[in-house]
Amino acid sequence: MATPKDSIAFVAEGTLPQLDPPANSVGPVKWLRENLFSTPANTLLTVASFYVIYMILGQVLPWVMNGLWTTGSLSECREILQGETGACFSVLTERWHQLLYGFKYPASEYWRPNLAVVLLLVAAAPVLFFDLPRKLLIFTALYPFIAYWLIWGGTILAPVVGLLGFVGAGLVFRTLGRDNFALGFIGAIGAALVVWYVGGALIPEGASDNAVLQAVPSRDLGGFMLNLMLGVTCVSLSLPLGIALALGRQSNMPLIKGICVVFIEFVRGVPLITLLFVASVMLSYFFPPDSTVDLFLRVVIMITLFSSAYIAEVIRGGLAALPKGQYEAADSLGLAYPEAMRLIILPQALKISIPGIVNVAVGLFKDTTLVSVISMFDLVGMIRGPILASTEWNGVYWELLGFAALLFFVVCYGISQYSQWLERRLATDHR
Amino acid sequence: MKKSVFLGALTVAGLAAGAAAAGTLDDVKARGKLNCGVTTGLVGFAAPDANGNWEGFDVGMCRAVAAAVLGDPAAVEFVPTTGKTRFTALASGEIDMLARNTTWTFSRDVDLKFEFVGVNYYDGQGFMVPKELGVSSAKELDGATVCIQTGTTTELNLADFFRSNNISYEPVPVETNAESQQQYLSGACDVYTTDASGLAATRATFEAPGEHVVLPEIISKEPLGPLVRHGDNEWGDVVRWTLNALISAEELGVTSANVAELAAGTDVPETNRLLGSEGTLGAMLGLDADWAKKAIMAGGNYGELFEKNIGEATPIALSRGLNASYKDGGLLYSPPFR
Amino acid sequence: MTTLTDPPKASFRLSMLIYDTRYRSLTFQAIAAIMLALCIWFLGNNLIQNLRAAGLNISYGFLGDPAGYDINQRLVEYDSQSSHAKAALVGILNTLLVAVLACITATVFGVIAGVLRLSNNWLVSKLMAVYVEIFRNIPVLIWIIIIFTIMTAVMPAPRDFRGDDATAGMVLDLFAFTNRGVYIPMPYFQNGIFANAAMNWILVLAGFVLSLVITRQITSRANAKQEATGVRPRTLLPILAAWFVPFAVLMLVMGLTFEVPALKGFNFKGGIKVGGPLIALWFALSIYTGAFIAENVRAGIQAINKGQTEAAAALGLRSGRIMNLVVLPQALRVIIPPLISQFLNITKNSSLAIAVGYADITATLGGITLNQTGRAIECVLLLMLFYLTASLLISMAMNFYNASVKLKER
Repeated sequence: MATPKDSIAFVAEGTLPQLDPPANSVGPVKWLRENLFSTPANTLLTVASFYVIYMILGQVLPWVMNGLWTTGSLSECREILQGETGACFSVLTERWHQLLYGFKYPASEYWRPNLAVVLLLVAAAPVLFFDLPRKLLIFTALYPFIAYWLIWGGTILAPVVGLLGFVGAGLVFRTLGRDNFALGFIGAIGAALVVWYVGGALIPEGASDNAVLQAVPSRDLGGFMLNLMLGVTCVSLSLPLGIALALGRQSNMPLIKGICVVFIEFVRGVPLITLLFVASVMLSYFFPPDSTVDLFLRVVIMITLFSSAYIAEVIRGGLAALPKGQYEAADSLGLAYPEAMRLIILPQALKISIPGIVNVAVGLFKDTTLVSVISMFDLVGMIRGPILASTEWNGVYWELLGFAALLFFVVCYGISQYSQWLERRLATDHR
Repeated sequence: MKKSVFLGALTVAGLAAGAAAAGTLDDVKARGKLNCGVTTGLVGFAAPDANGNWEGFDVGMCRAVAAAVLGDPAAVEFVPTTGKTRFTALASGEIDMLARNTTWTFSRDVDLKFEFVGVNYYDGQGFMVPKELGVSSAKELDGATVCIQTGTTTELNLADFFRSNNISYEPVPVETNAESQQQYLSGACDVYTTDASGLAATRATFEAPGEHVVLPEIISKEPLGPLVRHGDNEWGDVVRWTLNALISAEELGVTSANVAELAAGTDVPETNRLLGSEGTLGAMLGLDADWAKKAIMAGGNYGELFEKNIGEATPIALSRGLNASYKDGGLLYSPPFR
Repeated sequence: MTTLTDPPKASFRLSMLIYDTRYRSLTFQAIAAIMLALCIWFLGNNLIQNLRAAGLNISYGFLGDPAGYDINQRLVEYDSQSSHAKAALVGILNTLLVAVLACITATVFGVIAGVLRLSNNWLVSKLMAVYVEIFRNIPVLIWIIIIFTIMTAVMPAPRDFRGDDATAGMVLDLFAFTNRGVYIPMPYFQNGIFANAAMNWILVLAGFVLSLVITRQITSRANAKQEATGVRPRTLLPILAAWFVPFAVLMLVMGLTFEVPALKGFNFKGGIKVGGPLIALWFALSIYTGAFIAENVRAGIQAINKGQTEAAAALGLRSGRIMNLVVLPQALRVIIPPLISQFLNITKNSSLAIAVGYADITATLGGITLNQTGRAIECVLLLMLFYLTASLLISMAMNFYNASVKLKER
């Protein structure tokens, strides 16, 4: 046998050593080629994007870098900058307490809202993250009363009586509601009202005058704290209302369904600002002649009604998304309507609706800035009112508006990231 | 009288119920605080300072009433109101009195059922323009863009003025003073119009007040005064006579400096009646005998209030003009204390 | 159900109102009706008492009185002697104007951003993600104020255009960008066929309709021919001609001219003025809502099965045509319903005009009219009635659309 070498011109005797891939299809170059310059059109887009980024950064960076933090007024800033671009952040260092707490909240008491915010995170944690021990929910239930006491101060008896009312309602519901849900429900409401009425009468007249925590009238609340409080209060109050409205809209009792549909469609059909006008110029006429309800409470009522309609629609979506089999299964077990809803339908429907509810909550939180239009001094109201009108800071727009935008962005972006995390988690649960 | 209405823990702070039938005066005394409606911020008249304390001419009026009724000039809850919310706030009882540069007009008095207790500032609508425009009369403003701070009767006067002079303009209505400053200073408007006192107050906050002039034309009568609800005459009397006491005090030469000394008794009978060392005027109002003394001590007489907040020594630099006492050729003239 | 026996009629007992499911719903509804009636009575009674105590009454008579104030932006004839009702109408038209404009541009922004966010260009898609997140997470009121501040504080004032050392100049000598608004040349006819300017424009509109009809004729003929012979005749030129010729003839005959804005006195005169507040509100609403629409568009596109794109690619379509012919038509079914609710949001958010002094219905009826007449209840009720009507009309349109594009299942 002739060796291949003789008869064939070339035979490979081993594998060639592996070469590196060509420089333009590996590493950053490859990534650049594929992601930025794959086609002429793409290249054009990339160049345009770089230009946009350059323009924005070129304007903003020097402005931020040259920022002054320690001057006493805008004219001082201008003097120091001598016509160069530069921000005058001193307005923030000078007025940060007004931006965060409003101009009336006593400065010595700032720790109270701060503590309330920290506790809010603790209270919200077991609701937001299912893995935490369920025992923490007890603190969540107590939180509204603690927060109320912290922020408004005054006598501790008021939140205690409020809490006792709920405890009483719970006890009555336990005993009566075991057999008959409706009876228990009505009994619970009655019990709460009795406790509140009696407790209200028992609180002595001047109890708030020398309380441990100095009483702060709600008119003195302001700044970003007001936005946060309105957002948290209204969302939590509107949840039960929204659930009730959603169930009512699904009900087969024509009257109840009608009421819910009319309410939801009405509220969703008008802008929030008209409802705030109602709160500021109309609602006082609808309360008993011998009582005055302060603006904060009126605004809370209107925003709660507003958001409950939106939450109702989200929950209705959740109810509709449940397979019909769930309803039929509940019926076939012989469960009455309240039990079926409480034990089978709502837990599932609410779980589906959580991302939607979070979206409504973010939207609502952003909309709390609208209260500045009805002369409440929230963050935007503080900026547009007292601060920009003052002699020292007349004309400092960008620093203030940028600060407000940043605060809202941080909070809302955080919540929406949570919502996305939750959506992913819930999605895996279902598959 | 305070009725406890307990509709859940959160409402306890909000629901401070007071019976309207019992009268505002009794309400205020029972509450220990006067709820006084002011603007959301107009330097010199009512604006919170850097520490959040309200200061200004209208604020002084509120403090005088609080001092007369409650004996404590600090017992005032200032409720900021906009042009839109002020009347409802008063009509619904959210505030006891409104001291917010509000023009006394027929329809407000009669149709909206409010009671103007007097005039604490005789004002008129004016125009401010940048000097560089070279305008010297409002009649040269044909085609100008005019920023209007809505609120008093500004829009209506403006429309009347331009219509009767047959010249055109572009109105830019703005809700708050801060926004109108922003627009005016950036040149989005050529002219800024509001009450002349407001113009002066606004100009005072500018970086370079000297570059802006207030035109000589005053196109309207704007008697500004505190107002209360119709029908509660007792309370109306308290506010009216507190205002008159401040004006009378200036006429009689009673100041915050000498009021304590004069209250012991003087040889001027009216001063004695005013300060309570003679007669029972305080009791007739349902107040202490030294109510007027307390009101004057709160911030001084009318003239002192004026000089301290908006007078020529302040950045606002308003001259007394019509607001001088009748003895100095002004319009301020208090009915006698008798 | 196996029991078919009728329940005994005579044995109705009161307790059945609670325990029998057939009657229980009646009980509940009766309770609800009573509660509702009580609520209404309570509120109504309070209202009547309060109004009586204040000596006020509810009356809409003020709508007929002269408004007494001027409005700078008006689509219909209005002056200070017109009635409050007329002022409200001006406001309504202004609301609709800004809402329609913002709906159009928001859709454009949203579709561009949504499509670009799915682009395979990393930088562009990240840039669009940043745009969407920044705008979605900051309140629209702040955006409106920011953009309005840009309008007033950054753009030059008309006085900057004046004199020899002017710091600002007109673009192409045709457009003036000032902090009071943008002035653009106004087209008009020197020798119009009708004396009335509006009639001339209607004539132009008729010309467009004619072009449209001709275009449709041409396409349908081309389609017919393509089906018959398999060859599609060229349609581009005839269609261009159909659009261009009637237009050009009309313009030449009537003598189209442009009135160029010029600085006279305090302001630019002539041309069309697009007011600063309108621009600020319009732009802020579009760019804010655009971010939401971008997310809807992205979700809609991603909802389309990837197989559709691949199948289209297998047919040899280019990526632009895949988007236009295959993906978007299917995605639209998913995109349109949330899009319409975004339109609804724009209409409602336009009420924030009050923050920039744009004379919409909230600023006229709910602002100055309320301010001057003090008729708070009446004004706010009318305001809500308008928005409710507008919202219901838009929802109705949405339901119609949903019904028409629903997948016809067989």
